Amino acid sequence: MSVLVYIRSISDNFSKATLESVFYGSQIGPVTVLAIGPASDDALSSLGKYGAQKVLVHRGLTSSDPGQICALIATAVSSTGSSTVVLSHDLIGRSVAPRLSAKLKAGAVIGAVGLPDGSGKISVNVFSGKAVGKVRVNTAVRIISLTPNSIQITAGSNSAKVEAFDCDCGPSKISVLEVKKQEGEILLPEAELVVSAGRGMKGPEHWGIVENLAKALGAATACSRPVADIGWRPHHEHVGQTGIAIRPNLYIAIGISGAIQHLAGVNGSKVIVVINTDPEAPFFKAADYGVIGDAFEVLPRLTEEIKKFKSQN
Amino acid sequence: MKILVCISKAPDTTTKIAFADNNTRFNEVGVQYIVNPYDEWYALVRALELKEAQGGTVTTITVGIAADDAIIRKALAIGADDAIRINADPKDAYYTAFQIAEFTKGKGFDLILTGKETINYNGSQVGGMIAEILSLPFVSLASKLEVVNGKAKIACEVAGGVEVLEVPTPLVISAAKGMAEQRIPNMRGIMAARTKPLTVVEPVACEELVTFEVYELPPSKSECRYVDPSNMAELVGLLHTQSKVI
Repeated sequence: MSVLVYIRSISDNFSKATLESVFYGSQIGPVTVLAIGPASDDALSSLGKYGAQKVLVHRGLTSSDPGQICALIATAVSSTGSSTVVLSHDLIGRSVAPRLSAKLKAGAVIGAVGLPDGSGKISVNVFSGKAVGKVRVNTAVRIISLTPNSIQITAGSNSAKVEAFDCDCGPSKISVLEVKKQEGEILLPEAELVVSAGRGMKGPEHWGIVENLAKALGAATACSRPVADIGWRPHHEHVGQTGIAIRPNLYIAIGISGAIQHLAGVNGSKVIVVINTDPEAPFFKAADYGVIGDAFEVLPRLTEEIKKFKSQN
Repeated sequence: MKILVCISKAPDTTTKIAFADNNTRFNEVGVQYIVNPYDEWYALVRALELKEAQGGTVTTITVGIAADDAIIRKALAIGADDAIRINADPKDAYYTAFQIAEFTKGKGFDLILTGKETINYNGSQVGGMIAEILSLPFVSLASKLEVVNGKAKIACEVAGGVEVLEVPTPLVISAAKGMAEQRIPNMRGIMAARTKPLTVVEPVACEELVTFEVYELPPSKSECRYVDPSNMAELVGLLHTQSKVI
């Protein structure tokens, strides 16, 4: 049952989603990591702590063309004889996993939220998070793309052997003209803490208190669909059925009524706090903690208490 | 320019999700099907805008059963020229992708567009699979698309930012928010859709790579605990000691 875990580093600090993929793989079988990106050999070796036995690193491939990444993984699958491929269900995983599935004719479990059960079935979110489906893979090789923040990881003390891995990944027809980065933000899809606000904020000029709370917590910011649609907040912050689905440990919803389409994107959250002036807001039914009150008074208070808590802990 | 838009059905976004036959299949009783919003709002409408600006044709393709003709007619009412239905109840994403890829062979489509995912299975798989089967480039989660002189210029979401890419046609693109604005079909469109060609094609043999065996609904939430808005110290305490999330 050897497992190949594909990762892409952006520095020596691996994202939590990357470590989760490696650890997840190690719960299935002996893990070989296939890495691209700038991480040093030492950093790659440290993936042994999360269960990697060996790391194969391809230093030549820098593009994010899913066709090339797919060719790279397919070559590594055959040279390592792996029967399971694990990727993180991030933007690259989303575009690579299906291509790889078609290339290898291997069943893909997209957006897994848990380990295979005794009979090999794997749970995935379906109906935009309103239900879980258990998927059986009918092929000898299976591909699993793992939803970030779905499993608990623990670190050991092993180190992994790092080896260069070279292969021809074919030409790319995709040329990158420009990259626009959002600097210094916590990426929403893998954030553990999320502060989200909606129309109850009454205007984009009032987002300062939302951002202050997020900053005090070390949380990412998100928003509801109407707020993204009228341009108060950028589209990439929109969570919900037609935005992105997230499953943070803590989701704080401020001035969001909790339409079913919004809940679909967030009901995988472990703990939900709802702050709303309207006691009838449907979101309270999905909440663990509710605060009926005015965000303009409650948020500064909550931010102060968080700061106080952080300074004492 | 010849554009193919892949259209899937999806349950209306307000559908209460339930399962039948010992939770082995989605309970369709009383479910209203719609065109999957990503396919309609972004892929189809952008295809129509490109056609209106540059000429060409927009064809939709659906792997589905006869009952799905209703949502296919909706896509025609919005403005597609003609529609193809591969006559099968798709078993998994690969099955769907394989049928579409086989159909397109030799037909000279410049662009194949899909929505970024369906709102029922959320797999975002079909586009990438079609691209692989046809050995075409694939760009996922595109939020802007222009095509000039056989080259597609695409903005797409990447981790922590946006990339602008240039790719020669033909290619496969999955469309996300930002690509276009929803269009409501007008009466003339609805009338015209009745007589537009909807061609039914029989499927080719294809294996089933994965099977959804059983479904579960998430456990119901425990009762909401209300905290006094003047006592945020209590909320912070609960998040720390009871929920252990901070």
